[in-house]
Amino acid sequence: MNAMLVTRPDFAAIAEWIPQGASVLDLGCGDGSLLQYLKSERAVRGYGVEISDAGIVACIKNGVNVIQNDLDSGLSDFESNSFDYVILSQTLQATRHTEPLIQEMLRVGRQGIVSFPNFGYWRARLDVLLGNMPVSKDLPYQWYDTPNVHLCTLDDFEKLCREHRVQIQERRVMTGDDEVHVLPNLLGSMAVYRFQREA
Amino acid sequence: MVSSVGIVNAQRAQFDTPLRFKSGAVLPRYELMYETYGTLNADKSNAILICHALSGHHHVAGYYADAPENIGWWDNMVGPGKPIDTDKFFVVGLNNLGGCHGSTGPISINPETGKPYGSSFPVITVEDWVESQARLADHLGIQQFAAVVGGSLGGMQALQWSLAYPERVRHVLAIASAPRLTAQNIAFNDVARNAILTDPDFHGGDYYAHGVVPTRGLRLARMLGHITYLSDDAMADKFGRELRAEKFNYGFEVEFEIESYLRYQGDKFAAYFDANTYLLMTKALDYFDPAHSLDGNLNKAFAAARADYLVVSFTTDWRFSPERSREIVRPLLHNRRNVSYAEITSAHGHDSFLMPDEHYFGVMYAYLNKIHSEVSA
Repeated sequence: MNAMLVTRPDFAAIAEWIPQGASVLDLGCGDGSLLQYLKSERAVRGYGVEISDAGIVACIKNGVNVIQNDLDSGLSDFESNSFDYVILSQTLQATRHTEPLIQEMLRVGRQGIVSFPNFGYWRARLDVLLGNMPVSKDLPYQWYDTPNVHLCTLDDFEKLCREHRVQIQERRVMTGDDEVHVLPNLLGSMAVYRFQREA
Repeated sequence: MVSSVGIVNAQRAQFDTPLRFKSGAVLPRYELMYETYGTLNADKSNAILICHALSGHHHVAGYYADAPENIGWWDNMVGPGKPIDTDKFFVVGLNNLGGCHGSTGPISINPETGKPYGSSFPVITVEDWVESQARLADHLGIQQFAAVVGGSLGGMQALQWSLAYPERVRHVLAIASAPRLTAQNIAFNDVARNAILTDPDFHGGDYYAHGVVPTRGLRLARMLGHITYLSDDAMADKFGRELRAEKFNYGFEVEFEIESYLRYQGDKFAAYFDANTYLLMTKALDYFDPAHSLDGNLNKAFAAARADYLVVSFTTDWRFSPERSREIVRPLLHNRRNVSYAEITSAHGHDSFLMPDEHYFGVMYAYLNKIHSEVSA
């Protein structure tokens, strides 16, 4: 692995699910570090979609293909079933049109992968119980400057999937670098899901 | 350290092998004016070709010893320490065939008749230009360009390079361009051409013999073009409804500042540009469509491509809008080419591609540095 690469806990979990040489579309790819990681770990062929100017320049510097676009305007540049995986890493909660985006992910990709901070994590619940919006490593923003508009719990996300005939294939729940198996909706600070359309 | 390439010299290359145009016409021999900046490295892998747009030419950067005020048209982009860094790359700019800046064109003397080609100069296409540019590359000993770069009509040439000579270009940078013009865009060109064609001084294109030039037509064509190169906002900011005098004159003379500006631009252009060249350039724009013989299917057209691509558009460019650039990106995605696309937030319309801008230049620096690390590896 490239020692210079900055990785997040969800990167390794995502990489484990992706076979060598897969095609990957990373939505909200930031500086392209996940794609760069997947290129070095899994030799994926991939593209990122990013809206910020700084992200575009960083991706190009990192040698990652990137398309400057607003996810909330859809994925119309991408053909149906053109990717093995469409990833939405730590971006779901910041999208405005979250429901159609998940449908778009499964139009463009065979499978979707999302990771997001769990608003049901006990510390978040405690913060709210004590009367404040949660601020943490996974939720690093103040209420007034957060890009997050659609925060949810693991249960909420799974309910959305059921209602939209989205079949969850696999789930990994983490707190920091540790995997959580017991009471995930309470004890996990972050989750990664792999899903596809119901047959 | 960012600086100018300094004093440059235009050069002339002579070609005696006939060039068959897409139209079937044949040009038995021709000359191309070009300039080069920087040094071609030992394995000749660091060459970049700059393709010009409608009114451009070979003088891309630097200035002439005898005319220090004559600075190249893309001097902010090309030079030592600039995005297209002449300390790293060997940069070639040329005047396209049919042009009016020294390469063989309608104003050149046809050796067979001893008179200017005028109306007999064949209608030229983007494909023909690329063919002639490939011969210039041969002449310079460049087997493969590290990049072919162009804005607008220049971007079309860069795209065509990667389709006609997939093995001869590593990267294509298509800026403020389109894979083909829309009806609206062709319509603008048609009005511009009609202004020239209906000028009584046009004489069917052979005005040279009459000692006149269709200045009025060319001037109108440029005025119309200029409107489409600027954004509504940029024009409003720069001119608004400002009047030259204090009050309305209730006549048809120049009153608004924008009228004065357009006339000035038109006059300036008509004083140095050739009307026949303007006709040829706009026609080349209109004809270009890599999918013309493929039922309009751009996915098929780009199947031959082997290059990596950078596509750049500008938000307020309505002549070559971001949507047109996306039409380049989509077939590249379809064909699984390496492609990056940047949409620059800019107020200056189509002209944005010629102006410095932090994000635009940031993208160009980043992409060209990647190219450089590839070719110097």
